[in-house]
Amino acid sequence: MVHLLEVSGLTKSFGGVAALRNGQFQLESGSVHALCGGNGAGKSTFLSIIMGIHVRDGGQIWRNGELVEFASPAEALASGISIIEQELSPVPHMTVAENIYLGREPLRRFGGINFSAMNKASGRILDSLEFDISPTTLMMDLSIAQTQLVEIAKALSYDAEVIFMDEPTSAIGGQEVEQLLAAIQKLKAQGKGIVYVSHRLSEIFEVADHYTVFRDGAFVEEGEISSIDRRGLIRCIVGRDLEEEFTKTNTPTNKTGLAVVGLSDENKISDISFSVNKGEILGIYGLMGSGRTEIFECLFGLSKKTSGTISIAKKTIEVNSPSQAIGHGLALVTEDRKLSGLVMTGSVRSNLCLASLKNLGHGPVMSSMLEKTASKEMIAQFSIKAERDTMPVSELSGGNQQKTVLGKWFMTKPDVLLLDEPTRGVDVGAKREIYGVMSEFASQGGTVVMTSSEIEEVLGMADRILVMRDGRISGVLSRKEANAEMLVNLAA
Amino acid sequence: MFKKKAGDSIAKGININTIVRDYGILLALILLMVILSWSNQYFLTPRNILNVLRQTSINGILALGMTFVILTRGIDLSVGSVVALAGIVSASLATTSSTAGIMGAPYPAVVAIIVGLLVGATTGGIAGTIVARLNVPAFVATLGMLSAARGLTLIYAGGRPVPALTPEFRWIGTGDILGIPVPVVIFAAVFLISWWVLTRTRFGRYVYAVGGNPRAAKTSGINVTRIKLYVYVISGALAALAGMILAARTGSALTQAGIAYELDAIAAVVIGGTSLSGGIGRISGTLIGALLIGVMNNGLDLMGVESYYQQVLKGVLIVAAVMLDQTRNRHE
Repeated sequence: MVHLLEVSGLTKSFGGVAALRNGQFQLESGSVHALCGGNGAGKSTFLSIIMGIHVRDGGQIWRNGELVEFASPAEALASGISIIEQELSPVPHMTVAENIYLGREPLRRFGGINFSAMNKASGRILDSLEFDISPTTLMMDLSIAQTQLVEIAKALSYDAEVIFMDEPTSAIGGQEVEQLLAAIQKLKAQGKGIVYVSHRLSEIFEVADHYTVFRDGAFVEEGEISSIDRRGLIRCIVGRDLEEEFTKTNTPTNKTGLAVVGLSDENKISDISFSVNKGEILGIYGLMGSGRTEIFECLFGLSKKTSGTISIAKKTIEVNSPSQAIGHGLALVTEDRKLSGLVMTGSVRSNLCLASLKNLGHGPVMSSMLEKTASKEMIAQFSIKAERDTMPVSELSGGNQQKTVLGKWFMTKPDVLLLDEPTRGVDVGAKREIYGVMSEFASQGGTVVMTSSEIEEVLGMADRILVMRDGRISGVLSRKEANAEMLVNLAA
Repeated sequence: MFKKKAGDSIAKGININTIVRDYGILLALILLMVILSWSNQYFLTPRNILNVLRQTSINGILALGMTFVILTRGIDLSVGSVVALAGIVSASLATTSSTAGIMGAPYPAVVAIIVGLLVGATTGGIAGTIVARLNVPAFVATLGMLSAARGLTLIYAGGRPVPALTPEFRWIGTGDILGIPVPVVIFAAVFLISWWVLTRTRFGRYVYAVGGNPRAAKTSGINVTRIKLYVYVISGALAALAGMILAARTGSALTQAGIAYELDAIAAVVIGGTSLSGGIGRISGTLIGALLIGVMNNGLDLMGVESYYQQVLKGVLIVAAVMLDQTRNRHE
């Protein structure tokens, strides 16, 4: 039987590090194929090779039984392969039809755009999929889910037979997911092959016929969804025991460090209650958009809470701005150090001192001596590898940059440490050091709350794990009872 | 792990490219002065040097204020109009003319100057509020103020100049202290204070952080809105100061004073190496940038080059300075 798409032995290395060691995949027409794997399993590398964004080091790709080689996304598109990315990038002020035909608008005789033909063609595609969207609506007036449906229509306008969907439901919820899954069923009925990449296992079991699992850059297993259960699929994805990667030395006390009751914001989180003891590390696990980050933003005064109380060491506190939060002994290591953690144009020293400037001078006048001493202390404590502390922080490696962010917050001498994805984008060595710092802080009586989308990290570091789903707490597990399967079940 | 090896930067220390990159503008200024002093014996006389400094002081003061704004990723296009508005308002308090002055004029020069500064701080405060609180792009907010302040100037003065300023008031434009012109003394004082504020105070640290990464600054407990507001107040007040010096020097305040002054001020800041995308720059660079423009204008005058050519050269200089900056940023 000829497959819509067949891949074998695909390999790719970046700078000597293998991102993909053995990519293997078969897609049948009229089927939905789930591509599963954890972070760093090689899924995105796999996708970008198929789409002609990266050039493979080795392996073969067959399209309808013919050996192919794509040098650019345009070539992949021309052979009928289309991708709907996780981050959509529509042109908001153009109509749906203009977006669908962007860059290949049908023209009139004198070079003007033939809008009526474009609208008619778009309408035909949208109708064939039974999407209730008018071709003349502006993109900006559509919901995220509808924007995704337009992307699907766009893929069909290219006569795509193979459609990749990378985490299509990560930014949408509930009913919209159902709408999307219904659209996928229609595509399947039209004989298309859909590759569905998602961390949400419940969706995979709802929509997919086949599955392929990648782990550590290599093909692990494939089969029919009907022949595997949820538990088996998770075992296949997680696959290994990571316990020894984590340095954990803290023991929770029975004194309350941070307590949150009934915290809600305008739309992202509702009724969040938890308490963390001194010396304890509380892990928060949840998918993207589940409200993890929003909890921290409310606690830190970065966004407004609509209800709820926050207390530190049993004293209720009022937090309306980050400077108040810092005053109450809170510290927040944000998710993205480039976006909100570091001033990239500044030096290592200015970044380390940034949240403690009030304590490093006399009145409004800064003391270079105090700044220099404080920065030296943090560089030593976190073994930040910097030639001089006056060098630009942008010249440090990712791990050292992340340690600089940690150093900035430790300089404020916090009682409660909020860590949002503390090890994102850092290598294994720096990761271990960061775990060590976290443990050390907790064992000296600090209170730690850490979010992570890496199951292994949460299981390895947290004393208790709170799982978020759709802005609510879907469960709290103790370190002893928690396992990967339970976390994934509660989160999805 | 270092992205660059330790050895690289030691070698870098004596790398001629790096020196040109980091001190290029200062070298250009020195080179220009050497050439001018060779080609024209009048150039390096104390009299001419003081003359250059006096001519530079008004643009220099504007550029110092502009540096604060640009460091926070902003821009202040209104300074030229504020020069005129504050000049006219303060002049109306310091004139002996019975028709142009307001009731009770002439007031003591101190009163006129304080009111002038308040006018500048207020226009800056309004523009700053629009930028910081209402999130209107700085370009638009201060473009509006450019037009509004010019209009207010014309309304206030009925379209006529305010002549016959008191000798006391004129002193800030024409007097001297120990042989040094007062505008130059004021320029030097504003420079030293600005330098001290930006390098030695917490506010200075905040200005750099807000320009470098507003989100990180906010997360680190900095009141970003307030810092942004303050820089426009500083720029407005310094524009007012420059406007009063200008009126005092010419002896009467003109409603057309300061037109297009914002462009030279921005040019001085940019030539001085301050990045329009915020967070990078030094106040000493602005000083050098302003001096370079001043020396170039003076030198070309001495050599008898037409002022039309001077504008072309200034244009080339601005673009060349920014290109130099771009290569530096690419290296990082």
